[in-house]
Amino acid sequence: MRNQSRVMIFGVTGAVVAVGLTVATAGQRTSSARLFPPYTAPRLADGHPDLNGLWQAFVTANIDLDDHQAQSGPHPELLGAYGGWPAGQSIVEGGEIPYRESALARKKQNLENRMKVDVSDDKKWHDLGDPEFKCYMPGVPRATYMPFPFQIVQGSSAYILIAYEFASASRIIRMNWKGDAPTDSWMGWSRGRWEGDTLVVDVTGQREETWFDRAGNYHSDALHVVERYTPVSPFHLMYEATIEDPNVFTRPWKISFPLYRRMEKDVQQLEFKCVPWTEELLFGRFRKTP
Amino acid sequence: MKHRSRTSIVVLPIWIMLGALRVVAGQAPPAQPRPAAAPASATPSTPAPKRPASRKAWVPPRTPWGDPDLQGVWNDATSTPLQRPSTRAGKDVLSDEEANEFQQELAFELTRDRRDGGPEADVNRAYNDHWMDARRLKITADRRTSLIVDPADGRIPPLVPLSPERQHARAERAAANTRFNAGMPYGPEEMSLPVRCIIRTDSPPYLPTIYNNDFQIFQSPGFVVIAPEMIHSARIIPLDGRPHLGNNLRQWLGDTRGRFDGSTLVLETTNFRADDGVVFQGANPASYKITERLTRVGRDTIKYEFTVEDPTTWTRPWTAMIPWTKIDPAEQMYEYACHEDNFDIVHLLSGARMREKNGEGKR
Repeated sequence: MRNQSRVMIFGVTGAVVAVGLTVATAGQRTSSARLFPPYTAPRLADGHPDLNGLWQAFVTANIDLDDHQAQSGPHPELLGAYGGWPAGQSIVEGGEIPYRESALARKKQNLENRMKVDVSDDKKWHDLGDPEFKCYMPGVPRATYMPFPFQIVQGSSAYILIAYEFASASRIIRMNWKGDAPTDSWMGWSRGRWEGDTLVVDVTGQREETWFDRAGNYHSDALHVVERYTPVSPFHLMYEATIEDPNVFTRPWKISFPLYRRMEKDVQQLEFKCVPWTEELLFGRFRKTP
Repeated sequence: MKHRSRTSIVVLPIWIMLGALRVVAGQAPPAQPRPAAAPASATPSTPAPKRPASRKAWVPPRTPWGDPDLQGVWNDATSTPLQRPSTRAGKDVLSDEEANEFQQELAFELTRDRRDGGPEADVNRAYNDHWMDARRLKITADRRTSLIVDPADGRIPPLVPLSPERQHARAERAAANTRFNAGMPYGPEEMSLPVRCIIRTDSPPYLPTIYNNDFQIFQSPGFVVIAPEMIHSARIIPLDGRPHLGNNLRQWLGDTRGRFDGSTLVLETTNFRADDGVVFQGANPASYKITERLTRVGRDTIKYEFTVEDPTTWTRPWTAMIPWTKIDPAEQMYEYACHEDNFDIVHLLSGARMREKNGEGKR
């Protein structure tokens, strides 16, 4: 359980000391994880690492998983610098999402239509618009890199809860659960297991309507995500997700970034219930006109 | 592939929700258990355990870090009404025979399984009946006539005189409800918060309703989390004694602080948003406070009590008790999406516009 690879230690003085550069279990530590000195997380009574806490990503991947420059955001004539979106570097390993040639058109279409909605026909309800724009539950992995915190609740039962601030979404991770997702859902069906100090979560049964970002990166209902949460310091988890969807991508691909523990005194998860802010957008056209 | 399994997760019987949820909580019921098996008990409290219990006090299990262990999935469905009906005035606990009759009466009202309204009423009733949680059709095992245990008459205490502003707001709300029930809502904000998928029965007090009466409790050192199945918001409760949020930080579900008093989890919730409908029965969010007490009284039972106080709304605090029953772990919690496929809100509004076009609803 503690045999994770010892890779490097950063000395206090800044000197880098290589300690036993083993690669035997290097799969457990991503390249970013290697930036941290070796670490053994505190344990809960069952002997597994304690991942409890309020965590948050600080990448801007919710805007675009790929490299993106700073942009004005929508309607700068109204929003000025308030509406601006920051630049960010790709979190995709290898830098490119391996789309099938035939699947790229849909991505472009999504981008063009990200701020359009039309709910006048049940059958076309989900055809237009970024789900985030409509305050829908974001799905996995997008929920992890939304610019909001989430809380991991890990006790002594066979279930770990992750509760997200955005749209009050949540999901239950069923540890060592056997069997398939009983039905599709927005946050999917999560089955967890421990691999050493890493919590591995296998997510299937996600609704096809969720997107990966505002840039229109998307998937089909064949999406299969495997997440890995590895404690790398008292204040960081390394997060990694492998994304597989043969309908849309030519091969599985991977994203990774650290999660930061929120450290403010008495910090707690608050509400971001955005539904009321979408009502005019979605339903305003059905309002009584004077 | 595109439209596979759209149906199972979402959906809200809107017509029922309006009546049954917080607006008219007078009828709301909860609790689940096995009525017939329970020996008559004069004290309104917990259902009888499955096995003949020994006289020894139940020792609740503890988590590895020493807190009373409430983890699991619990169900609070019952047909016992929040308030004692006038037909049972003066009678807080029923005999076996009376209980049977009471249960049948309540089930008749709740299921709408009857044919006295013509085809249209029949179809509407059938639609709602599809959602009915069978546990919702049984009264509490202790055969009480109301979930309210204090005041002794089992009724919500009288209102204090309300300010003209609040009277006006209530009249506006009543008018919007009337339009909604007539199929003529003006806009989305005229509908109740549950219909709009903003909050549903995920806000305390937890009262039984037509379906989704499950709650999964999670615990970790320093926290208890209650995740109701009715919508996906998990209520994260710190136990470390920290103060409430500042007075200007208000939330739809309020702000809860918890502590263990012996084996009882005590939850105090304040800081509710000022929006219409956020707190129980149009109370005043600024002065509203709810205290909940969860005590595991047996392997499969939690006693859930709540006390509501708001001196600017009711003449006195009042308390209700609802038994929660542990459900088979194989019976999983499922995601309850709501807003994501809230087709009904469009149907209701576009239906109203169509009716207007046809000249209906003119005064």
